[in-house]
Amino acid sequence: MRWRGIFKRQLRSRPDESQADLGILVFSHTSEVIRAEKLLKAAGWQIRVMGPPPEIQSGCDLVIEFPLIEELNLVRTLEAAQLSPLQIVPVSSPLMKPVDLFQIKDFGRYLMIRAANMKLTVDKESQLIVNISGGGCPDVPYLAQKMVGKTLATAPRPKEIGHTLCGYALQLAFEEIVRQCSR
Amino acid sequence: MLAVVGTVPVPDFPLVTGQVTLNQDLIDILGYQVSVNRGTPALLAAALIVCEVLGQPAPYAYLVGDLGLGEGSRRLYQYLAANLKKAHIHTLVFHYLQPDVDWHNRVLFAVEEMSPRPILIADAGFMYAAKMSGQASCYDLFTPDVGELAFLADEQAPHPFYTRGFILHQEDRVPELIARAYAHDNAARYLLVKGQQDYLATRAGIVATVAHPLEPALEALGGTGDTLTGIVAALASTGMAIDQAAIMAARVNRFAGHYAHPTPATQVAEIIRHIPAGLAQVIGSNL
Repeated sequence: MRWRGIFKRQLRSRPDESQADLGILVFSHTSEVIRAEKLLKAAGWQIRVMGPPPEIQSGCDLVIEFPLIEELNLVRTLEAAQLSPLQIVPVSSPLMKPVDLFQIKDFGRYLMIRAANMKLTVDKESQLIVNISGGGCPDVPYLAQKMVGKTLATAPRPKEIGHTLCGYALQLAFEEIVRQCSR
Repeated sequence: MLAVVGTVPVPDFPLVTGQVTLNQDLIDILGYQVSVNRGTPALLAAALIVCEVLGQPAPYAYLVGDLGLGEGSRRLYQYLAANLKKAHIHTLVFHYLQPDVDWHNRVLFAVEEMSPRPILIADAGFMYAAKMSGQASCYDLFTPDVGELAFLADEQAPHPFYTRGFILHQEDRVPELIARAYAHDNAARYLLVKGQQDYLATRAGIVATVAHPLEPALEALGGTGDTLTGIVAALASTGMAIDQAAIMAARVNRFAGHYAHPTPATQVAEIIRHIPAGLAQVIGSNL
């Protein structure tokens, strides 16, 4: 049992340099993507939530990039949790490459991270969150009210107080800006 | 009279209705105060300032606290379904409400009993409900951003979270998305699409675009879409034609942003303070 625990803690590798080794999972609803991401990360797979590539016409705004060689195991895990992707496709050409959800804009003193439709801006020196914009979901005004004016260290996490896809996108922006500011 | 329906992100904010006043950066309604920095309060503050400058009565608001879970929204829907039919309103704006198709339809039935029927404007959550109900064409103006436009354009999506483009904005596809939204009757009589460039469209196509002045720092500011909806609503409530009001509002909002000399840390309350200057600029240039 102890050996099993050790293996579980090791992140399964994602051969991220070779696109040919990657696949993407396409789902119909973004909440399925968010559930699948949580499940697969907890199981130790190194996966990434991305935007769908231009060639994929079906599904929602998010896909999961995964190591193609793990497809069978991974699908088994998803099916056990009653999650069924619409499509599983290999990243076989540039047009099949998933899109990065992040855009970074450096305003000098301020850094803005855009994750999908949500933008979060911080004062680089004080790490104070100075603005949140984007999104028409019903929880956006609440998220902004609770986070703007607080530092990255003291602000509540969007995943803890948000309820919608905009809240999820804001969490992605938050994680990325924390990463950028800790460099 | 202009009336605005929406929510505020304050958990114990009761359901209140009445005319609003502006006290510094706080909207006041029956003694309850809320910061203008977000959502419906930002819309109300922008509308109130335009009404004041133009000598119009202050907007009437229907507000309730809701953190995004919908409890407050449902109480407000219930109140509107029971009480709207007796109200005398020229322009009625629906804003941040939890989308609920059944309650949307009951509110729309109440609106249909109003005499005269108000100009109907919808944005944010209530606009999603209007599209989801299949009743979008009952509205005079929607004010979506590019992601929300993608949802309007997707005739199969039952909810924005099924839509391609809702959070991955596709600015270059705006004309195509507008056409598709109208082709499937999922748009209001007018669409004012808010973005780097604002678009005004009807079923016949794009009527106008507004792209100047452009302040790059405004991209970081939350609430500038709300102020645009507030300005167009206030202008329409004066009797101005909707297309004229929409184009003027887009320009006023941009000039207000320009005159605020914004940085990415500027709050929308600061932009709202410059709306009179923006209005003066646009009215002056229209003379």
